[in-house]
Amino acid sequence: MYLSEEEIVERIAELKDKLPSSLYNDLERELRRVKITEEDLKKVVAEVLRRYEFAKVEPGEAVGIVAAQSMGEPSTQMTMRTFHYAGVAELNVTLGLPRIIEIVDARKKPSTPMMTIYLEEEYAQDREKAEQVAREIETLYVRDVLEKSEIDLVNSRVNLYLDEYELRRKKLGVEDIVAKLKSIKGVEIEENGNVISLTLSNPTIKDLRKLANRVADLHLRGIKDITRVVLRKEEKEYVIYTEGSNLKDVLKIEGVDVTRTKTNDIMEIQRVLGIEAARNAIINEIQDTLNEQGLIVDVRHLMLVADMMTVDGTVKAIGRHGVSGEKASVLARAAFEITVDHLLQAAVTGEYDELEGIVENVIVGRPVKLGTGMVELVMRRELEESKEAV
Amino acid sequence: MRIIPKKVEGIKFGLLSPEQIRKMSEVKIVTADTYDEDGYPIEGGLMDPRLGVVDPGLRCKTCGSRVGDCPGHFGRIELARPVIHVGYAKLINKILRSICRACGRILLPDDKIEAFRQELRKAKRIGKSEEPIVEELFKAARAVKKCPHCGEEQLDIKFEKPTTFIEDKQRLSPIDVRERLEKITDSDAEVMGFDVEVARPEWMVLTVLPVPPVTVRPSITLESGERSEDDLTHKLVDIIRINQRLEENIEAGAPQLIIEDLWELLQYHVTTYFNNEVAGVPPARHRSGRPLKTLAQRLKGKEGRFRSNLSGKRVNYSARTVISPDPNLSINEVGVPELIARELTIPVIVTPMNIEHIKKFIRNGPNKYPGANYVERPDGARLSLARVKNIDELLEKIEPGWKVHRHLIDGDIVLFNRQPSLHRMSIMAHEVRVLPYKTFRLNLCVCPPYNADFDGDEMNLHAIQGQEARAEARVLMRVQEQILSPRFGGPIIGGIHDHISGAYLFTQPEVRFTREQAFHLLYASGINKPLPEPAFVEDGKEYYTGKQIFSLLLPEDLNLTYKAKVCKKCEVCKEEECEYDAYVVIRNGKLEHGVMDEKSFGAFAGELLDRIVKDYGTDAAREFLDNVTKLVINFITWRGFSTGIDDEDLPEEAKERIAEILEEADRKVQELIRAYNENILEQLPGRTLEETLEMRIMQVLSEARDKTGAIANEYLEKEEKRRKHENSARIMAISGARGSLLNLTQMAACVGQQAVRGERIKRGYSGRTLPHFKVGDISASAKGFVRSSYKRGLSPLEFFFHNMGGREGLVDTAVRTSQSGYMQRRLINALQDLKVEYDNTVRDTRGVIVEFRHGEDGADPSRTDWGQMVNVKKIVQRYARKEAA
Repeated sequence: MYLSEEEIVERIAELKDKLPSSLYNDLERELRRVKITEEDLKKVVAEVLRRYEFAKVEPGEAVGIVAAQSMGEPSTQMTMRTFHYAGVAELNVTLGLPRIIEIVDARKKPSTPMMTIYLEEEYAQDREKAEQVAREIETLYVRDVLEKSEIDLVNSRVNLYLDEYELRRKKLGVEDIVAKLKSIKGVEIEENGNVISLTLSNPTIKDLRKLANRVADLHLRGIKDITRVVLRKEEKEYVIYTEGSNLKDVLKIEGVDVTRTKTNDIMEIQRVLGIEAARNAIINEIQDTLNEQGLIVDVRHLMLVADMMTVDGTVKAIGRHGVSGEKASVLARAAFEITVDHLLQAAVTGEYDELEGIVENVIVGRPVKLGTGMVELVMRRELEESKEAV
Repeated sequence: MRIIPKKVEGIKFGLLSPEQIRKMSEVKIVTADTYDEDGYPIEGGLMDPRLGVVDPGLRCKTCGSRVGDCPGHFGRIELARPVIHVGYAKLINKILRSICRACGRILLPDDKIEAFRQELRKAKRIGKSEEPIVEELFKAARAVKKCPHCGEEQLDIKFEKPTTFIEDKQRLSPIDVRERLEKITDSDAEVMGFDVEVARPEWMVLTVLPVPPVTVRPSITLESGERSEDDLTHKLVDIIRINQRLEENIEAGAPQLIIEDLWELLQYHVTTYFNNEVAGVPPARHRSGRPLKTLAQRLKGKEGRFRSNLSGKRVNYSARTVISPDPNLSINEVGVPELIARELTIPVIVTPMNIEHIKKFIRNGPNKYPGANYVERPDGARLSLARVKNIDELLEKIEPGWKVHRHLIDGDIVLFNRQPSLHRMSIMAHEVRVLPYKTFRLNLCVCPPYNADFDGDEMNLHAIQGQEARAEARVLMRVQEQILSPRFGGPIIGGIHDHISGAYLFTQPEVRFTREQAFHLLYASGINKPLPEPAFVEDGKEYYTGKQIFSLLLPEDLNLTYKAKVCKKCEVCKEEECEYDAYVVIRNGKLEHGVMDEKSFGAFAGELLDRIVKDYGTDAAREFLDNVTKLVINFITWRGFSTGIDDEDLPEEAKERIAEILEEADRKVQELIRAYNENILEQLPGRTLEETLEMRIMQVLSEARDKTGAIANEYLEKEEKRRKHENSARIMAISGARGSLLNLTQMAACVGQQAVRGERIKRGYSGRTLPHFKVGDISASAKGFVRSSYKRGLSPLEFFFHNMGGREGLVDTAVRTSQSGYMQRRLINALQDLKVEYDNTVRDTRGVIVEFRHGEDGADPSRTDWGQMVNVKKIVQRYARKEAA
């Protein structure tokens, strides 16, 4: 008497519009796995609907405050220190409370920018190819492969002694460097084994020093801002972790999986991928940080925080420079921070405070319009009095 | 007579015009003196009686009201010369630079001004900030060198903080500034952000100064009878004095230089009157050298008017005392000392139904419990029962309509709170139980949400005064309604410490009770349920297992399977055959397999409790928790449970093995150091050689500590079995009652590496941590590895390193609390106005939609199953399985 899968799907089809898609999909998936009779299916559907109705938020719920508390309360239990990124001992990443604060502050640059670069199928399985991508990404300056450089005053030239070990490790030849050095104008290049000599015509000592510095800072290859690259074998593929972040340029590199690659620089995500991506990044970053500390917070709270930060299309900080500074109410702003300035400004622009928010109502001493305070029911007094008369 | 309540519709902000100031002022203040020799306020002085009354008994000369009713009245000081309002100096500067020095128009062509006006209107319409647009205008106008309206060449204006303007080396006096601002047309002012109805630009230069009423700056009489004036009064005295001198000098035709000096001085006093913390201005000081608290200081900051008095308000009907535990109370209850119950009152309106009952309270009076402290007549007049001589006479007069403020009695709903109030569970509603002694008593299960312990914690209690509030508190705030945390949708109230270890011991398979013992336990715990069939009979005696008795607390149709905390996460789960009894199976309300521990009803983790709240409701959950608490505590009290230092005793063999492991670790470290010195250490990618070495050493040492821990645990377990005597410390650790295996390791085997900033200890002397080591020694012991166990005791050097690590922890905690506190304040402030509307969208006060559905699926996290809106799997399996069985 069990229903076939098709019958089950057919019978629950009407729920499709009633339930959120994720819930509906769960239900369908679970039901496909079991054998069930028509009668029991009805019970399941009724139970799911009943629980769904129960789990819905009630109008008036102060979701903002609950979200803020849910994020703030566990943060007292977090550690302060910078820790090594889970698994990747080679990289230092800000975690714990400082990281959370950094995220809600919407800082221009995170204190430890970092990228996780996933690779496309053929690169991800092949160590050689993955290494090649990694090399392409890591930024390399001439100074990184120099053993030393000296200013030869006798011959008035700059001698560069290259570090063989580094060259080998970085898979670079002397000729690669010479090729790059050619971009400097008016310099004669002489190659002698591991030593490259640069000669200027009629140089002063100052010129030579300048040249030596300039050469050391010469960009050999790689992407700007990405100072260190670590290649790691994850469960089933190679993943590149980087110190420093440059999403825009990394995405251009061949072999990089543009759909999964991520950075912890939220502002950069906003610039490159847009505000929706930034919102998701905020949610993910906060959640990862909390989970790493072993704290559980419902995503919905984090979503609300992220939504508040991104409602008007740009990432705004939680605090006086962002969300709180742009509140409609003068009193709410004054009660938060920089009290005097807000009051003075309000006077000039002749602001009118509607007294709708929480603080405003607390200030004027009347019930707050949240939860049970939102209800605006007026009893008809005559009615009540006539009842009493009877 | 019905009083029509006044409602504040809104608040309009604006600048006071000189006319307005004169109009609202009752007195022109002319003398700097306050009181005459007889102590009477001088007319025309700062304490002029027309400014309001502060002395009780007197009537206000202006409005005729008494102290509480007279709001006070303003006076004014006519300034001899205008001065600039410091708060607006910056804005004045921007304006001066943007307007023509001759015609007063904005230095932009009309079409551009018009464009800005349009933008401003747009911003206003969509509720965006107008500030950036006005800034933009100032920036554009500043660059113009020649007035497009009258052709006048513009001179450079410099602004010298705080209140001086210099135009091409020529100082602009406030009179000049005011003249220029006067020339600005209304329409130009609007583009600069002004609402000209309430704020003309020239009003930012003061010609009349309002004098706040005395009620704003009351003087206090010291014990010695000496009068001490408010800071504001002091400042106003200064202003008047200088103002007078300035006026006299002007009249006398004094040299320009002297007048300017005095004028400057007047500006200084007015500046500090408004704000005594302006950069570049020496703060005005009190005679004692303390800086004065003037207007801005009164409003600003945590102790300022806004945060301290307007956003936070003091209340009556509250109490505070030390808390202590009482497992015999329900989680919903709070034990209130009689002393407090007599002080806190609940207003009860007398009705024909309760009049006799209420009279008993009145008869008892304020000092006999349960009594009443006040009665209130229908007209609102209050009578203190402490002062009533003839109670019977009063009782005669009591009739329906009167209000009686009676003492707290059992069953009253009150709010209970512990600071810091970090989440909504920090304030919950409890039912009162009046008890002897002087502390508040609470059930231990409510410690986690309050984060309370009993090492001297104090808590606050608020007696609810209104009927609506009482109803709301009972329905929404009662402890049992808060078992599920909105943070993660799981229980936050639950067993701790002895509840857990007690239940663990109670549900051990070998635990058995005779019929008498079982009845005794149940009776002592107040559980009134019939005993099931005895589990087995031995020598003619009937025995019941702990599991059987525990099952009495479970709902009868409960079915649940989960892995307990003690689960060792074996590779292949033996399920019901688990040798640790970690596989919990509850069938039809019978605990068939498994032990109870943190995972069953502990706070934050309890699966069983979670299931009971979600499927059987909060009443069932409360009952379960109350019964578990009582049963388990009675059991553990009867059985006995204690821990001592011998719980960390290890046999010689174990000690030897631990020593061996530590030797080994030492050797490995030396090995690594040698490899480093010989330059054959393999470098980790992206790390220097030194960093690599450090990381490897740390790794070796932490492995060593873990190994010693494993050994310690192994032997503790062995000993337990051999001596057939449980190890209390270990039981607490594995059942999740208190402590962890790491704590045990540190006590029994090895404390391990001490760290500062996540690294081995490195600071101290150059190249070494302490003079006891050689320079450059980076061996384990020289960098803070503590080999000893806490039990064995630390060597002096180890002790020192341990202290370093410990201190860091303390500092860390101190810094963290302030940082996370501020972050939470910001979060709350940013999000507090968000609420779910009737259309299920989440909006702020402006009506801006922040989320179309809360959390994308419209769920209330506290009603979810650990974040899942509906646990479909559970439901499907429940019904499908029934068919299969």
